[in-house]
Amino acid sequence: MTELHATDLHASGPLAFDAAATAAPGDWAGNGGFGDFVALLKPRVMSLVVFTAMVGMLVAPVSVHPVVALAAIIFIALGAGASGALNMWWDADIDAVMRRTMNRPVPSGKVSPGEALGFGLSLSALAVIMLGLAANLLAAGLLAFTIFFYVVVYSMGLKRLTPQNIVIGGAAGAFPPMIGWAVATGGISVEAVLMFALIFMWTPPHFWALALFMKDDYSRAGVPMLTVTHGRRVTRAHILAYTLALVPVAIGTGFTAIGGPLYLTVSAGLNLWFVVGAWQIWQRPEEQAEADKYLVEKKFFRFSLLYLFLHFGALLAEAALRPYGLGGW
Amino acid sequence: MALEPVHELHTRRFGRNVGIGLALVSLVALVFGLTVVKVTNGDQMEGFDHVQRASVVPEDQGAGSTAP
Repeated sequence: MTELHATDLHASGPLAFDAAATAAPGDWAGNGGFGDFVALLKPRVMSLVVFTAMVGMLVAPVSVHPVVALAAIIFIALGAGASGALNMWWDADIDAVMRRTMNRPVPSGKVSPGEALGFGLSLSALAVIMLGLAANLLAAGLLAFTIFFYVVVYSMGLKRLTPQNIVIGGAAGAFPPMIGWAVATGGISVEAVLMFALIFMWTPPHFWALALFMKDDYSRAGVPMLTVTHGRRVTRAHILAYTLALVPVAIGTGFTAIGGPLYLTVSAGLNLWFVVGAWQIWQRPEEQAEADKYLVEKKFFRFSLLYLFLHFGALLAEAALRPYGLGGW
Repeated sequence: MALEPVHELHTRRFGRNVGIGLALVSLVALVFGLTVVKVTNGDQMEGFDHVQRASVVPEDQGAGSTAP
């Protein structure tokens, strides 16, 4: 049987995929339901964007009117969703091959590639313009750059070219707290850069842990994940190295104006746990991981989500306690 | 005479139309709320009417003068 390979489908960008999409089962093209368009926005990724952008806005030293804050969060979320739709338009050929993504609206034929492109572009423009009107030009510019970075730099450029795709592409997911900070203050400061760095350094170990136990998906799709190009031993070493590099960023944030004793305590515990997990992943031989169905890797991946959520939650708690004279330094 | 049963396609289209309608109404409400907040807070406004704008009147003539 001939193996279906993403690069075969992606002969000249997504247009080459049109035939495959229109040949998909059912007569959905042009008639996707509302839920299919919501799915194009990657709601789960959007929830992380909303949370981190909201924290970035609320921990800033300048208060924002609740209506402006709500509008800004909605437009940041829409911008993130729009970049997700554009990513699904471009990556439809890869998504069709990978088990994890084959039911997405475009590869399943529920939304045509053209619809996803139009939806993503118009939503991007709406989100950027409205954020500029609701907040300020810096925030809108950062949102526009985030969409450009995720779609053009990561999806169209790096993802299919280099095993470092996750490292550089992670910047796109790291911008939301910086945009939230810019909405409140109209500028960028060391605190905003550190929140950016926290997500940026967290992304590689998070995704490489996923790649370790979703191994067939990426190799079948021809995506040069580190596991495919350099092997699993090297990937395990990279997870440990990036986790160690993440620790000073996470702890260092605690000594800035947005940190405090509570954040430092939470961060110290989480980082200790994270480093132990990365160490275990590094030490494990592949046979052992296969025997227990990647138990440690899956646990590390799930914990990495909690790691990020609790770090930003602790920053939020510091800001919430500050008016009572309890949070911060 | 009984009507034709509703096709699944029409149900799906109806759901999409309702969703888009609600999204648009929410957007209008949000923009309205934003406008009220911006106007109430006086962002980017000088609040002068039938007088010269303070920012364009030379200092020696005095800001807020009613002279033509």
